[in-house]
Amino acid sequence: MKPKKHFFDRETVLAPLLVLPAGLYIVLFVGFPFVMSFVYSISNVTVGNPNFKIVGLQNFTAILADPVFRTSLFNTVIFTVVSVLLVLVFAHILAELLLRDFRGKWLVRFLIMLPWTAPIALGAVGFLWFLDSVFSPIDWLLRDVGLLGKPGALLGPASNLYWLGRPVLAMASIILVHVWRLLPLGTVILISGMNSIPKEIVEAAQMDGAGYFRRLFDINLPLLFPVIGVTILFATFFTFTDMTVVWVLTRGGPPPNATQVLASLAFLTGIEGGDLAQGAAIAIFFFPVLAGLAIIVLRLVKKAIVT
Amino acid sequence: MLKKIFLKGGFYGALAFFILFSASPFYIMLITTFKKSHDLFNPNNNPFFFAELPTLDHMKLLFSQTLFTTFLWNTLLVGVAVVVITVLLAVPAAFSLARMAGKWGESIGIGIFLTYLVPPTLLFIPLSRIVAILGLQNSLWSLILVYPTFTVPFCTWLLMSFFKSIPKDIEEQALIDGCSRMGAFFRILLPLAVPGIISVVVFAFTLVANEYIYALAFIQDSAKKTIGIGLTTELVRGDVFYWGSLMGGALLASIPVALLYTFFLDRIISGLAMGASKR
Repeated sequence: MKPKKHFFDRETVLAPLLVLPAGLYIVLFVGFPFVMSFVYSISNVTVGNPNFKIVGLQNFTAILADPVFRTSLFNTVIFTVVSVLLVLVFAHILAELLLRDFRGKWLVRFLIMLPWTAPIALGAVGFLWFLDSVFSPIDWLLRDVGLLGKPGALLGPASNLYWLGRPVLAMASIILVHVWRLLPLGTVILISGMNSIPKEIVEAAQMDGAGYFRRLFDINLPLLFPVIGVTILFATFFTFTDMTVVWVLTRGGPPPNATQVLASLAFLTGIEGGDLAQGAAIAIFFFPVLAGLAIIVLRLVKKAIVT
Repeated sequence: MLKKIFLKGGFYGALAFFILFSASPFYIMLITTFKKSHDLFNPNNNPFFFAELPTLDHMKLLFSQTLFTTFLWNTLLVGVAVVVITVLLAVPAAFSLARMAGKWGESIGIGIFLTYLVPPTLLFIPLSRIVAILGLQNSLWSLILVYPTFTVPFCTWLLMSFFKSIPKDIEEQALIDGCSRMGAFFRILLPLAVPGIISVVVFAFTLVANEYIYALAFIQDSAKKTIGIGLTTELVRGDVFYWGSLMGGALLASIPVALLYTFFLDRIISGLAMGASKR
């Protein structure tokens, strides 16, 4: 005989009830603003005029005609693609190093993880000094070894490189900081994937005389494919939508907009400029990429559930 | 033999390169914090070490002349509040989705995780209107209200995997013994999930300490700023950088967060990679 269940003890009642608070919060503060950002992008809303009306695609034609927007879109894509590729290559090397056992591994791991575990705005502050126009320690090092600051030196006779003052170097600096920050994340994700490769397969291949690169391309990489997917996913997400690094290091400069990205342009337009509609329209350009990432996540999850 | 030494040398060399790459900004923070201004602002002096005796001047300035302690306090307040909200929302939701909801629980769980992929840089414009309508501009409450948008989805997902890893039999035994569903949850499941909940607490807190964009958009009042925006806006006035104090503040605030995070990293990352490595 089954004991009679209390009303709140029935799963059909209890299960939705427990999800409700979190679900309601997410609908109100993620779902609703998400929809609103689409509505804003086709409206004329500003901070001063909250009683907006729908104006159609006017904002999009305006920003697409704006060279600043096109520069920002271009920069965002460059920063993301180059950073993600570099992160993948270096993270794979670092993961192979950290898979071995050696003394003081805990400390080494702590130091290598620092860029990811410390708040990024604060880490970027360290780079602000590294890339300073006068006191840059990198420039000092280059001067010390004779590559800079002397007539005939390889990098020029000027005493400094002005990392954040020249368009190309400023872009390189932003990429450097993104790679610096995401390398630990990529490494840890790859390590978790490498650990799950059965040792027997690798050993069997070794016995059969497969060399390092043969094993890398025919065994490791195919087996790591899903994990590499996850690494690309998170690295893309954190670079593509980020504005912290740019904001702390260059604010989109050197003038006019050498390192401006979509996120910082949306911030300048929507928050500082008060043009909510156009800011929202700029941010909408994240959506196709994010939707693509979401589809990849869904596929990976489905695969994991099936197997 | 020679080959072995060569390989070993290569291994440690490569390791040293990565350590230098990752840690050097923090090393330079450490040196700069304790350098005398006279030493610091001479471009010919070695920036990687002291040319003159170290000093505590920048630290004194940081604690007495700036709002550094206020920034830390604000971050702590927001962090604790957000952690409490996150745990209250995410634990019941994860329990329900992992244990009771069956097939649609999985789908809703994935749906909640996908909301994590909606970045602050897409939401901050509409959210800034919501914050303005609620009259919360320049208030820490705006951050407490908005930060769970990124902590709740991820933590729910993370906790779901924790609840799933606890064997069902234990709970079923309690149900047979006459425990109610909630009774079994509080007495059996929750104590077993404590390690998972602790890592969620740590993770949510480090996310709060990391956040920059919402704080930049919602808070203008110096005394209300959190650590990230506080340091980068208040210690840099126009072209004047308080370099020593800036570096000291960044270092002091980074290390505890980094230590906490590293300690729980494996659990958090296994949650991150779960989609791919769960077999």
